[in-house]
Amino acid sequence: MSFFSALYKYLPSFGHGLWLTILLTIIAAILGFLASIPLVLGILYGNRFWKLLSKGFITIVRGTPLLVQLFFIYYGLPALGWRIAPFNAALIGFILNSAAYQAEYLKGGFLAITTEQMEAAYSIGLTKWQAIREIIFPQAFRFAIPALSNEVIYLVKYTSVAYIIQVPELLAQAKFFASDTFKHLEIYLLIGAVYLMLIWIVSKLTDKLEKKLYIPGFDISHLK
Amino acid sequence: MPLVKVENVKKSFGKNTVLDGVSFTIEKGEVKVIIGPSGTGKSTLLRCINMLAPPDSGKIWLEETELTNPKTNLHHMRQKIGMVFQHFALFKHLKAIDNVALGLVKVKGMNRSDAYKKAMVDLQKVGLAEHADKYPAQLSGGQQQRVGIARALAMDPIVMLFDEPTSALDPELIGEVLQVMQDLAKEGMTMVCVTHEMGFAKSVANEIIFMEHGHILEASAPQEMFSNPKNERTRSFLHKIAELYGETL
Repeated sequence: MSFFSALYKYLPSFGHGLWLTILLTIIAAILGFLASIPLVLGILYGNRFWKLLSKGFITIVRGTPLLVQLFFIYYGLPALGWRIAPFNAALIGFILNSAAYQAEYLKGGFLAITTEQMEAAYSIGLTKWQAIREIIFPQAFRFAIPALSNEVIYLVKYTSVAYIIQVPELLAQAKFFASDTFKHLEIYLLIGAVYLMLIWIVSKLTDKLEKKLYIPGFDISHLK
Repeated sequence: MPLVKVENVKKSFGKNTVLDGVSFTIEKGEVKVIIGPSGTGKSTLLRCINMLAPPDSGKIWLEETELTNPKTNLHHMRQKIGMVFQHFALFKHLKAIDNVALGLVKVKGMNRSDAYKKAMVDLQKVGLAEHADKYPAQLSGGQQQRVGIARALAMDPIVMLFDEPTSALDPELIGEVLQVMQDLAKEGMTMVCVTHEMGFAKSVANEIIFMEHGHILEASAPQEMFSNPKNERTRSFLHKIAELYGETL
């Protein structure tokens, strides 16, 4: 069977794999971002308890290999009676990871803001949390956009690790295909091109977001 | 009763004593100008008045409310104390009009359309109505500082604090900011200004306070201060300022 006719036969599987890759990326990016907000606020504005909790979480997540975390969730937790489906196990791992990294990127954005912004916010009578929500966070977020875009690009590629815990995502499908057809060279070349295309799309989308959120004076191009 | 009363305020940062027992009062409608060498606690004193830098000891009153009382709701009180910053400190992600309206919506709880109407009036007052939709980075320093003044005025403060409002401006932009401040003073606004603009001090101040090393060394009416400074330090400082700015005192 030729490569292309084999590929044609496998197309629905690849479609499914691609869908899982996209799903993992999008959900992990969004939920990871939402989780990163309390983390970064905990580090920068929390009392000792929240500071310790946030810093501890980030230290553990960044300090251990992603694969170890995925194995722990997928193979380890069942020992405690928590059986988690492969996709969900991968998703949990990616969300936790992305949250930790995004929190660090956001932190960089917060540190770029001068004390006078907070003073000015206080001076018109805003409370601390109003000031953070209305003044500090929107600016910090804008400063962090380039780094956050980068994180999504990493995520697209990291999701391929999920094949090791039995998630039938894009790379897993390529592996199945290769072991059935022995067309290793062709299929990995093709899969590589698909990832490249996905990342090209992500960077186009984040460029658009950056343009949409552009404000004169927030010249973030130098951070790229 | 004075509008603001500062009583024996002390403040240190680490081992550095910035304010070492400062007391003075401000009556309604008064304009006080604080001068003195850099690092003598002028800006810190302003930041004590609105409790951005709470004093280590001593007391501060705004009308009958003691701001240094831990039970005082500072966020509520700070609306009444407008502050203008040396580097403008505009909210950089917000248009001029949003900078002015934000406090009205979030602090005063006004509905948006009323808040934006009032914000427009305040921008008009500082001559910037046509720049309402510009971001801070699109405005000149002088324009930014006038937005800063409008932002403070929008909250209907009973006293305004100016922290070297013109010292970050190019010489040709200083005039427009001083003009707005002069107009405010004429309207009867109570003002405390840290500034080295002696022309401004001479024409609108009721009193000039000379500070050094965290103390008030001398405080008197401008004519008195300029023609007959009692303290040797005051004399030499005024002399230096005059040399620097070319003012004939």
